[in-house]
Amino acid sequence: MIELSDFLILGAILFCISLAGIFLNRKNIIIILMSIELMLLAVNMNFVAFSHYLGNVDGQIFVFFILTVAAAEAAIGLAILILLFRTKRTINVDRLDSLKH
Amino acid sequence: MSIEPILFYIFSTILVLASVAVVTVRNPVYAALCLVLAFFTCAAVWLLLEAEFLALVLILVYVGAVMVLFLFVIMMLDINLVRSKEGFIKYLPAGGFVAILILIEMCVVLGPENFGIEITGEPLKHAADYSNTKELGVTLYTQYAYPFEIAGALLLLAIVAAITLTMRRRPDSKYQDPAEQVSVRRDDRVRIVKMAAEKKQ
Repeated sequence: MIELSDFLILGAILFCISLAGIFLNRKNIIIILMSIELMLLAVNMNFVAFSHYLGNVDGQIFVFFILTVAAAEAAIGLAILILLFRTKRTINVDRLDSLKH
Repeated sequence: MSIEPILFYIFSTILVLASVAVVTVRNPVYAALCLVLAFFTCAAVWLLLEAEFLALVLILVYVGAVMVLFLFVIMMLDINLVRSKEGFIKYLPAGGFVAILILIEMCVVLGPENFGIEITGEPLKHAADYSNTKELGVTLYTQYAYPFEIAGALLLLAIVAAITLTMRRRPDSKYQDPAEQVSVRRDDRVRIVKMAAEKKQ
């Protein structure tokens, strides 16, 4: 029998992997965006697991809305990324320090 | 022993390996493809949780739309692969330490002694004719109708924002500027010239 804690720990593992991904890929905005998507997936996993084990469908409704917002976020984030590459010719985070100087 | 735990452990192993590959591979295209694999296996795990509609939506929306958008952007941009992985080893100790620490803390809280089967009880097994989509739709269109409308407006906003951000205005194209049209005054367009009438020859 699969327990609720198994799903929660799977979600926690996914969350920590994507957190480490944000740390490790400090130079590459695309990988950082992908890590954020993975983080949202971990949160959704918790929502779905609780919804199943508590017999309440509201958690799945929340996942529905999170998917909507994440899709909008990915579209706008990638649009900003394209704009950034068009003006700076790079997406390296370390080179985006023009506000400092 | 039922087949469900075996399926769960197979799918979660693939899911964890795919997400590790997402953050470690050098090529962003491979990272995007590993993320597609992660989404697919996550959809399979959600099927085990009897969330059929969301599993299908995850595949349709994420694999079908968002990840294709990611791949499209990655292939469109000319990214220097060597430079983008600089500092990977440098940040590995700090990142790994923080991640493992958070994982241990979460496991202590979310472990079987707090969320085990004795605490939560057996989940309700639905019959074969149970429709998860119908259940979700009934709740979504009654209790959550207003948030649903807001989500629709949000998607419209995202479309407009993404198009506005990436639209390039070509200097040689002819276009109208409504702000300039509205702010025009009569004096800019009409000039009244006062002059004496000419005598008839």
